[in-house]
Amino acid sequence: MAGTLVFSEQREGKVKRVALEALTAARTLQSKVGGEVAAVIIGDQVADEAKGLTAAGAEKVYLAEDPFLHYYSSEGYASIIADLAKKLDTRLILMGATMMGKDLGPKLAARLGGPFAGDCVGLEIVDEGMLVAHRPIYGGKIMSTVKSRQSGFQVATIRPNVFPVEKQTSENTIRIERITSPCDLSSLLAQVQEVVATASSKVELTEARIIVSGGRGLKGPENFNLVEDLAEALGAAVGASRAAVDAGWKPHSYQVGLTGKTVSPLLYIACGISGAIQHLAGMSSSKYIVAINKDPNAPIFKIANYGIVGDLFEILPLLTEAVKKVREG
Amino acid sequence: MSDKFDVIIVGAGPAGSAAALTLARAGLSVVVFERGAFPGAKNMFGGVLYTPILNKLIPKFWEEAPIERHIVKRRFSLLSSKSEAAFEFRCEDYNEKPPFNQSFSALRARFDPWFSKKAEEAGAMVIPETVVDDLIVKNGRVCGVKARREGGEVLADVVIAADGVNSFLAKKAGLRKDFSRAVLAVAAKEVISLPREVIEDRFSLEGQEGMAMEFFGDSVAGMVGGGFIYTNQETLSVGIACSIKSFIDKKVAPNDLLDRFKAHPSIKRLIKKGETLEYSGHMIPEGGFERVPQVYTDGLLLVGDAAHLVNASFYHEGTNLAMASGLYAAEAIIEAKEKDDFSAQTLKRYQKKLNNSFVMKDLKKYRAVEKWSHENLKFFEEYPGIALEMLKDYFSISEVPKETIQKEAYRKVRTHISPIQAFLELNKFRKTFF
Amino acid sequence: MKIAVCIKQVPATESKIKPSSDGKEIDRTGLSYVVNPYDEFGVEEALRIKERLESSVTVVTMGTERAEEALRTCLALGADQAIHIKDDLLRGGDAYGVALVLTTALMKEHYDIIFFGKQAVDDDSGAVGIHVAELMGLPHVAVINKLDLKPEEGRALASRQIEGATEMVNIKLPAVFTCQKGLNEPRYASLPGIMKAKQKPLTTLTLADLGVDKDAVGAKGAKLVVDCIKAPRVRSTGNIIDKNPSESVEELVRLLRDEAKVL
Ligand SMILES: Cc1cc2nc3c(=O)[nH]c(=O)nc-3n(C[C@H](O)[C@H](O)[C@H](O)COP(=O)(O)OP(=O)(O)OC[C@H]3O[C@@H](n4cnc5c(N)ncnc54)[C@H](O)[C@@H]3O)c2cc1C
Ligand SMILES: Cc1cc2nc3c(=O)[nH]c(=O)nc-3n(C[C@H](O)[C@H](O)[C@H](O)COP(=O)(O)OP(=O)(O)OC[C@H]3O[C@@H](n4cnc5c(N)ncnc54)[C@H](O)[C@@H]3O)c2cc1C
Ligand SMILES: Nc1ncnc2c1ncn2[C@@H]1O[C@H](COP(=O)(O)O)[C@@H](O)[C@H]1O
Repeated sequence: MAGTLVFSEQREGKVKRVALEALTAARTLQSKVGGEVAAVIIGDQVADEAKGLTAAGAEKVYLAEDPFLHYYSSEGYASIIADLAKKLDTRLILMGATMMGKDLGPKLAARLGGPFAGDCVGLEIVDEGMLVAHRPIYGGKIMSTVKSRQSGFQVATIRPNVFPVEKQTSENTIRIERITSPCDLSSLLAQVQEVVATASSKVELTEARIIVSGGRGLKGPENFNLVEDLAEALGAAVGASRAAVDAGWKPHSYQVGLTGKTVSPLLYIACGISGAIQHLAGMSSSKYIVAINKDPNAPIFKIANYGIVGDLFEILPLLTEAVKKVREG
Repeated sequence: MSDKFDVIIVGAGPAGSAAALTLARAGLSVVVFERGAFPGAKNMFGGVLYTPILNKLIPKFWEEAPIERHIVKRRFSLLSSKSEAAFEFRCEDYNEKPPFNQSFSALRARFDPWFSKKAEEAGAMVIPETVVDDLIVKNGRVCGVKARREGGEVLADVVIAADGVNSFLAKKAGLRKDFSRAVLAVAAKEVISLPREVIEDRFSLEGQEGMAMEFFGDSVAGMVGGGFIYTNQETLSVGIACSIKSFIDKKVAPNDLLDRFKAHPSIKRLIKKGETLEYSGHMIPEGGFERVPQVYTDGLLLVGDAAHLVNASFYHEGTNLAMASGLYAAEAIIEAKEKDDFSAQTLKRYQKKLNNSFVMKDLKKYRAVEKWSHENLKFFEEYPGIALEMLKDYFSISEVPKETIQKEAYRKVRTHISPIQAFLELNKFRKTFF
Repeated sequence: MKIAVCIKQVPATESKIKPSSDGKEIDRTGLSYVVNPYDEFGVEEALRIKERLESSVTVVTMGTERAEEALRTCLALGADQAIHIKDDLLRGGDAYGVALVLTTALMKEHYDIIFFGKQAVDDDSGAVGIHVAELMGLPHVAVINKLDLKPEEGRALASRQIEGATEMVNIKLPAVFTCQKGLNEPRYASLPGIMKAKQKPLTTLTLADLGVDKDAVGAKGAKLVVDCIKAPRVRSTGNIIDKNPSESVEELVRLLRDEAKVL
C-alpha cells in the first residue's frame, strides 16, 4: 500500500478548506510517494461529508463515526488514525495546521515513531519517499528546509491558505470504508466537555481568505467599527495588533502575531499598525499585504505590496464604500 | 530582604567589577546591581582597553579574556575635506609577548560580561536587569539602596557608585552637581563587520596585531573632538566623540556627524563593503582633574566615570582608571572593615590612594586640556585646513620652481597666522599635551 | 502537587536573526536570550498553584551551558529546583529527540502536572510537549488559556481557544498542558527571589546520568534534520501611494482588482 493519508478535519459536520488543500498537496506528491491518496474523516454523523472528499481527490475515504467522536479528542482521534496508518503502512500523513492538526500531528508522530514537520508552506518528496518540508521558523524571520530520515509514518501539517485546492473531475466511484476505534472512547482520560462558541468575528482568522486588522492607530475601541465595516464589505475576518488587544479593545482571540495567531490569507489589510517584528511574525506569509498608516516610515510599509500613507479615519470609510461598489458592480 | 551585605556596588562596568572582584576575594559579601540585561549589554567605549590594572587583578588575563587585538600601531591624522596628513607609530616591542603594550582593542558587550563573571566566581552576587533608583540614607549615612523591584531595599555598610558618567547616585549623595556641557563629550559609534583578511590587508596587520587611529579636523567638521577607528578581529569600531557644547553650537546631531565621518574619502575606503552590526551612543566625562569631585562620603564611594576619572588627552583612557579606582576603593573598604568603621573619615583612605596613583597624577598632567580645547577652537576649526593646504601646495608638482612654491606656501600660511602667534600657540599646545 | 515546567532558552523575540555562513544554523553572534515567552506562562501557572496548594515546582531544560541562566530566572521567580540536561551529544537533535530526553528525566519522579509552552519561538515546532505526553502515556491538553484544578477529584478543567470557539476539556491528572498567552500574566522576579535563586538546587545531568541511548537522540537519532536555512524571500515592496485620500483609495482599489486580482 504505502500511500498518503489525509486527515480531513471537520467541525460541525463541515470539512475544512485546509483539508482540501492537503488533499490537493497529497495528489501532487502522489507520483513520488506511490500508493493511494486516502482520506480519513472522523466525527459523529459525518458520512455525507465523506462523499465530498472523493470529489476533492481522495481515492478512498475511511470513515469513523461515533457519538463519542462528536467532539475532538486527542487520544481518540490519534488511536483511530494510528491504527489505520499501521494497517495501510502509510508513508505520509497530511493535515492542516489548525488547532486540531497542531494537536493531532505531534501526537500521531510520536505514537507512530515518525518524523513531524509542523506548519509547512512547501512539501517535496525526494529519494526513496523522504519528505522535504519548507517551514518558517523564528516567527518567519527564517525559512528552514528540513529533511526526513525515514520514509514511513511521516507526519506534516500544512499552513492554511498556502496550498491551492484543485477539484478532481474524474468520476471515481465513491469508495468509503467504515473503521472503528481501537480504544474505548467512553473512558478516555481527557474529554472535551463543552465547546462554547466565542463571539469573535464571523470568519475565523486562521482560515480567512481576507483579513482586516486594526492597531493602536484606531485610537479606541469605538473606532473598530471602521475596520469591521471594511471587513464586512470584503467578507473578511477582523484581526488586531497586540497594542489593540492589550488596551482591551478586542479579546486575545483577535490578536495576530508572535503571541497571537499566525495567519496567511490571500489579502491582509493592516490599519494603523506600525508593523513591529512580533506582529510581522504572524502575518508576513500573507499573499498580499496592504498597509494604511499615516507615518510613511512605519515598518509595515517595508513588507506591504500596497500601501496608503494617510489618516485611516479618512481612508477607511472611503475604502469601504469603494469596495462595496466593486462588489456590487 | 533582611540580610545585610558588606558592600553594594551599583553598576557592573569595569569600575564596579574591579571593586567587586577585589572585595569578594577578600571574603566580603558583595552584591552588584546592573540595569542592563547582562553586564555590558548597553555599555560602549571607543575600543582600546588599557590593562595594567587588569593584569594585576587577573594575571595572564589575555589567555581567557574576550579581547580582540593587541595594539601595535597608533595613528593620528588631520583631515581637511580632501587631504589627510598623518603620523603613524609602530613598534615591534609592542608585538613581542603578552601583555604587549597593555593596550588591546575590545568590545564591551563581550568584555564586561566576562569581567563581571570573574567577580561572580570570586563570590560576588551579580544581579542584572535591576535598576537602582535611590540611596537609603540614615542619620546622614548612606546605608543601602532601593532597587526597582519588589522587595528592592537592600542594606550594606558601604555603597560603591560605579554607575557611570551620569552617576545618579553621586548626585543623590550631593557629591556631584550636574556637569556643565563643556566637560562632557558625546560619542556615536558603529561596529562594522569585515572579513578578518580584509582588515589585516587594509590596515597592514598580521595575526592578532591591531591598530588605533584618531582623526582630527574635518573628520568632525571642525568641532572639539575627533573621530576614531579601532581594529577588532572581524569588525571595526568606528566613531566620533565631541564636546556637547560643540554639538549644540554647531547644531549637529551625533549620528549625522558619524555619517559625515564615514563618508569622508579617507574613512570611506577603510570601511568599504563593511556591514554595520550595531550602533550606539554614550557620553564621556572629559573635564579632567579640575572636575573630579570628592569621591567619598559616609557610607559611599564614587569610582570610574561616576567620579569623572577619564584621561581624555590622547588616549580616551577610562577603563584603566575605572579599574584602578575600583581596586583602590575596595582596598579602602577592606581596611575600613577591619576597623568596622565606614565613616567618611576612614573611607578617605580611598581618596589618598587615588591621589598617590597614576590616576590623579595623569589627570593632573593633562589638567589644562579641557580648558585649552575650548579656548583654542582654531586648532579644531581653522588650523587643520591651513596646515593641509600648505602641505598640498608644498607637494604639488608643476613647472614653478620648488623654492617659489615653498615661499608661496609659507606666505599663504602667514596671511592666516603670524609666526609669533604660531610659536606661542604651539608652545601652549606642547605644554598642555606633553 | 508536584509540578514540572519544561522551559527553553531562546533568542529574544526582537533579535535580528540571520543564517550563519554554512546555512545550517543561525548566526548567534550578539544575540541575547530569554526564557521562551510561552514557557513563562507555564512557570507562572505553576507558581500560582503553589500559592494555593502545597506544591513543589521543578523547572527542567535541555540546553547548552548558557541555558542555566534561564533556569536561574525561573528559580528567581519562585520555582524550587532546577534540572539542567546538558550534553554535547544532544546537538543537532529534533523535537522527538528532545522529547525523549525530557521524558526520561521527567519519569525519574512522579509529577502530577507537567507544563510546556505551546511552542518555542525559535524552531516554532510546537511538538515537544505533545510528544512528551504521548511518550509518557499521559493525557494532555494543548494551548490552554485557562486551567481550573480540582485536586480533590484528581482532575482539571482546561480551556483552549479553537477556531471560533472555546473547547473545555475535562482531564484526569497526572497530565501535560501546553500554555498559551492569556493563561495568566507572568510576574517579575522580586529582589529577594533573585538572591535566593542563587542558592536553590540546580542539578546538571548528562545523557549517561539519565541512561538515554546516545544513538537515539541528538544528530544521530534525529528523524528530521535541517537541510538548510535561509532568509525568507524578501517581499518586493510594492506600491506606496501618497496622494489625497480619495485618489489613494481609488488607486488602491484599482490595484487590488486589476493587478492582485483579489477583489
Ligand atoms: C514577546 C512579545 C510578543 C509580542 N507579540 C505580539 C503579537 O503577537 N502581536 C502584535 O501585534 N504585537 C506583539 N508584540 C508587540 C509589538 O512589539 C508591538 O508593540 C505591537 O505590535 C504594536 O501594535 P500597533 O502596531 O498597533 O501599535 P503602534 O506600534 O503604536 O503603531 C500604531 C501605528 O498607527 C499609526 N497611526 C496612528 N494614528 C493613525 C491614523 N489616524 N491613521 C493611520 N495610521 C495611524 C501610527 O503611525 C503607528 O505606526 C509583542 C511584543 C513582545 C515583546
Ligand atoms: C566613545 C567612547 C570612547 C571611549 N574610548 C575609550 C578607550 O578607547 N579606552 C578606554 O579605556 N576608555 C574609553 N572610554 C571611556 C570608558 O568607556 C569609561 O571610562 C569606562 O567605561 C568607565 O567605566 P565605569 O565602570 O566607571 O562606567 P561604565 O562602563 O559606564 O559602567 C557603568 C555601569 O553602571 C550601570 N548603571 C548605571 N546606572 C545604574 C543604575 N541606576 N542601576 C544599576 N546599574 C546602573 C550601567 O548600565 C553600566 O553597566 C570611552 C568612552 C566612550 C563613550
Ligand atoms: N530543549 C528543551 N528543554 C526543555 N523544554 C523544551 C525544550 N525544547 C522545547 N521545550 C518545551 O517544549 C515546548 C514546545 O517546544 P517546540 O516543540 O520546540 O516548539 C517549549 O515551549 C518548551 O516548554
